[in-house]
Order: sequence, then C-alpha cells, then structure tokens
Amino acid sequence: MSLLSVNDLTRNFGGLTAVSRANLHVDEGELVGLIGPNGAGKTTLFNVLTGVYPPSSGTIELNVDGTTTSIGGKRPNAICRAGVGRTFQNIRLFKDLTVLDNVRIAMQQNIPYSLLAAFTHAGTFGGKEQQIRDESEQLLAVMGLADKADELSRNLSYGDQRHLEIARALAVRPKLLLLDEPAAGMNPNETRDLTDLISQLRRDFGLTVVLIEHDMSLVMRICERIYVLDHGSIISEGTPEHVRNDPLVIEAYLGEEAPNA
Amino acid sequence: MGAVRNILRWLVPLGLAYGIVLALIQVGVINNYLFATMMTICINIILATSLNLVVGFTGQLALGHAGFMAIGAYTCAIITMRVDGIVGFVLGVLAGAVLAAVVGFLIGLPVLRLRGDYLAIATLGMAEIIRVFINNMGITNGAAGLSGIPRHVDWNWMFFFLALTLVFLWHYIRSAHGRRAIAVREDEIAAEAIGIDTTRVKVQTFTIAAFFAGIGGGLYASYFYVLQPSQFGFLKSIDILVIVVLGGLGSMSGSIIAAIVLAVLSTFLAQFTDLRMIIYSLLLVLIMIFRPGGIMGSREVSLGILGKVFGERKDPAAMVAPPIVKQDDEEVPSDEEVK
Repeated sequence: MSLLSVNDLTRNFGGLTAVSRANLHVDEGELVGLIGPNGAGKTTLFNVLTGVYPPSSGTIELNVDGTTTSIGGKRPNAICRAGVGRTFQNIRLFKDLTVLDNVRIAMQQNIPYSLLAAFTHAGTFGGKEQQIRDESEQLLAVMGLADKADELSRNLSYGDQRHLEIARALAVRPKLLLLDEPAAGMNPNETRDLTDLISQLRRDFGLTVVLIEHDMSLVMRICERIYVLDHGSIISEGTPEHVRNDPLVIEAYLGEEAPNA
Repeated sequence: MGAVRNILRWLVPLGLAYGIVLALIQVGVINNYLFATMMTICINIILATSLNLVVGFTGQLALGHAGFMAIGAYTCAIITMRVDGIVGFVLGVLAGAVLAAVVGFLIGLPVLRLRGDYLAIATLGMAEIIRVFINNMGITNGAAGLSGIPRHVDWNWMFFFLALTLVFLWHYIRSAHGRRAIAVREDEIAAEAIGIDTTRVKVQTFTIAAFFAGIGGGLYASYFYVLQPSQFGFLKSIDILVIVVLGGLGSMSGSIIAAIVLAVLSTFLAQFTDLRMIIYSLLLVLIMIFRPGGIMGSREVSLGILGKVFGERKDPAAMVAPPIVKQDDEEVPSDEEVK
C-alpha cells in the first residue's frame, strides 16, 4: 500500500474550490513533484495534507510501517507526529532564535523529559539536553550549517534559511517530507546544489519526498513522478517525460492554442 | 562541573541579594517603611515574572493576573486564620497557589484558543468573575473583606518564595518546555508543523503563571494582613502588565528591574502628592518612547563579572523579544475567515 493515499480530496474557501477531488498516492521512497501554474492550489493541497486546513471532503491516509492512519482533518502537530514533515513557501523560521534553537525545538520532540526535570534542571535534564544538542548539531553539519549554529536565523542568507527550514523539518524524523518551493529565489548554482542535497537526504534518511516547485530544471531532473495541478484539479500524472508532452499541461501553462494557428 | 557552574550562576546572585538585605536590616538602614516597600517589590517581582512567562515568552496577551493573585491571597488568608502558626502559613500559600493553578488550567483550556486582543478581553473578564465571586461569598466576608490575617511573612520567608519562583521559572524557560513556549510565540503555524501542541503549551504556561501568581497573592495577604476584593480589580492586572512591558517582554531580569524601578519611583514621588500620578505616568510614557522594547528588551542581565570569575561566557542562545502585539500572519486565513 502507498505511504500516502489521497482520495477525492476537496477544499473549499467559501465559493472558491481551491482543491477539487484530488486523487494521489505516493509510494515509500518515491520522489514526487507537484507542479502547476500560480494559484493552481498546490500550497493549499500541502496545507490540507499537513492539517493547516481541514479537508472539505475526501480522505487522506498515511501508511507507516504497516499501520494506516487517517490524517485528514487532524491537527498539524498530530500529523507531524504521524510522520509528515514540511517546509513553507515563504520560509517560517523562528527568526529571532538561533540556528541551533530552531533545530533543537524540533529535535526535542523526539527526546522528551518531564516538567519536573525542566523546573529543577536535575535528573534526566542534563543527559537529554546534551542528546538534543548533539543530534541537532549533527543535523546542522549534514546541512552545512554547523558553523552558523549560534547565529540568529534571521541573519542567515536566503539559501541558508531554506536549508535551515529543511533541517528543522528533518529534525522531527519524518517518513514523508513535503517541500514547498525549496528552490524559490535561488540562483542556478544554488538550485543545483539543492537538487543534489535533496537526493542525498532522501537516500541517507530513507525519506519519501513530495515537492512543489516552479523550477522545471529541478523538477525534471530529480522527480520520478509528477502530478500537475490546475484550478484545483489534477490534470496530468506520470513521468517527467510524459507530463512534459501532455497537451493538457501545455495548455494549462501556455494557454489554449488558437484555432486557426 | 557544568552543573555546579549552572547552580552557582543563580545561587551566587541570590545569596548576595539575601545577605545584603539581611545585613541592612540588622544595621537598621531598612526601616519599617522601606521594608514594606521591599515586600511590595518582591511580590511584584513574583507576579511580573510569572506573567512574563505567558505574555513575554509564550506571546499570549493575558490580562487577568490579579484574579489568580486574589485566589492565592484569599486562600492563604482563610487558612492562616484557621490553622495556627507557620504550618498554616506555608499550607495557605501552597494551597492558594495550587487552587490558582487549578482555576488557571480550567480557565485556560477554553480561553487560550483565542488570540491577541480577544484573549486579553476574555482573561480580563475571567479575572472580574473571580473578583465578583469573592465579593459575594460568605467565607471571604464579601466586600468588607478580611482583616487581622496573621502576619508570618518576614524577609526569610519572602526571600524563600521569591527565590523559588525565580529559580523555577528561569529553569523552565531554559528547558525544552521553555523553548517550546518561545516557539509558539515566534510562529504558531511553524510550531504546529514540527509537532508542538500549541494549545497544550499555552495552557501549561498559563497554569504555571497562575500557580506563582497564587504564591504572590498568599504572600500579599500574609504581609499586608487586610484583604478586600477591590484590591484585585482590573487596575491591579494592568499594574503587573506595566511592569512586564516596561522591563521587556521575554526578559526575566527586565521584570525584576522594572518592579524595583517602579517602586522606587513611586516612593520617591510620594513627596509630590498632587503631581505624583502625572509625573509617574509621564515617566512611563518617556521610557516607552526611548526604550520601546522595555528596559531590557529581551536580553537578560548577563552576570559579566561573575561570568568572568567562573570562566563562562554569556549563553548565546539568549532569546530575543517579539514585537509587543503580534499580528497573525497574512498567508493563512484565521479560523473565522475560513468558515
């Protein structure tokens, strides 16, 4: 069974249908792209998948290690704990906290200790805090941010902020990682590095990745399968090659061909 | 080694403060009037630092702190008037704190779903409800209030509870639990997305703050030995909030400094009877104009000298304060809009 199965998912805002009867499935270990013109509903779909909005109708199921949980309509924190990590289109870091703290806050979710230990800094406190710190620093090293651990995250370069957001998402040890335009605002070199990084992370962490992206060079290079969304509906699905040549997709991006052309 | 250093970090300044005041009392520099002012300062520090946990660190604008203080004060008063001696006093303060925490928890569950100014008004209303209850109950003697409450608070007891509050709150903030609260302040949506149950965090800090406000109230009752419901009105909550904002949202040491500065200021201004409140308010306005983030902003007093003695640098993870009232983000419509 697929890691993520979305069936007939619809999300309305008042009279506007942002996502309309979307069906998609993502198998374990896959790297799937989600593309579409501006306003197609990609981010809304992510927001419904991660619980920011409840679905208007339809189901979302997550199948981790043989157990299936229905995550549609659950709160974001519950969905995160079920195994879904994400980044945001317009970077949502804890801007006034250090790089290390950004990751620590996520990392500590897996390494809990009691309120009593927190009040006294005694008992398990020291060991757990050290563990949180060590694992966070390891992750920062993987993401190339080790030397910036003590900087405020608002002072990072744009590319580093994107990296930090991915690091924070990874810190919760997700099965499924949703990346919302990870290469937005990056130059071609940075985009290439990011592409490599995503492939590497996927191998090293055994991740399944779904990414929204406008940069076609990235999408076409690393995605194994692509869903194309337009006006809230999935209009095409398949390999990069298939999607690239699908007349419906070309029409969605470039408009309809003139009848007499 | 590190643990010892950490303990010294708060034990040394607290020990010094305790010793100096004790010495001054012995020498006779601190007379009764000064002593009363000092007790007010200590109680205000307890109230302000605990409120800062909610407003400054968790970013939730709660305005009902006087309500929890009242619960602590009346509980302590009622118990000390029935149970003799120091046992009754300690029992009273703790019972008051626990009761305040329970009420805080029950109020927090529904109310903390609100945000910003809605939360402010809801908490304000809750505090008023508590006051009206006290005003109409037999055991609290209604509007006439309680008097002749046995006075057990001396410098030792006051210092004990003050230190307890500060050490516990300080540790809490510098723990995974505290970081979680700060994450909620910084960005609720991002916090949820990394698995933080924001409602739980808010209720937790609110309950803790209510607990310590209850302690502050108990000490107030025991030192000032007269209680009336009117002492715990809206203005009292605002007074505490002023200390928090003036000291700096998200700065424990800021709350401590502001509590001292404001008390000294109003003591000093007592000589200008008519103009007192005008000058006081004017100074508040001036401080906020020239230091909009509060006296300390979000920083903590770094124990520079002590730090050097013990070979430790300031923790770079010192948290920075948010803007005073945080607006919801543009991208995601709030619940009302979605529906």
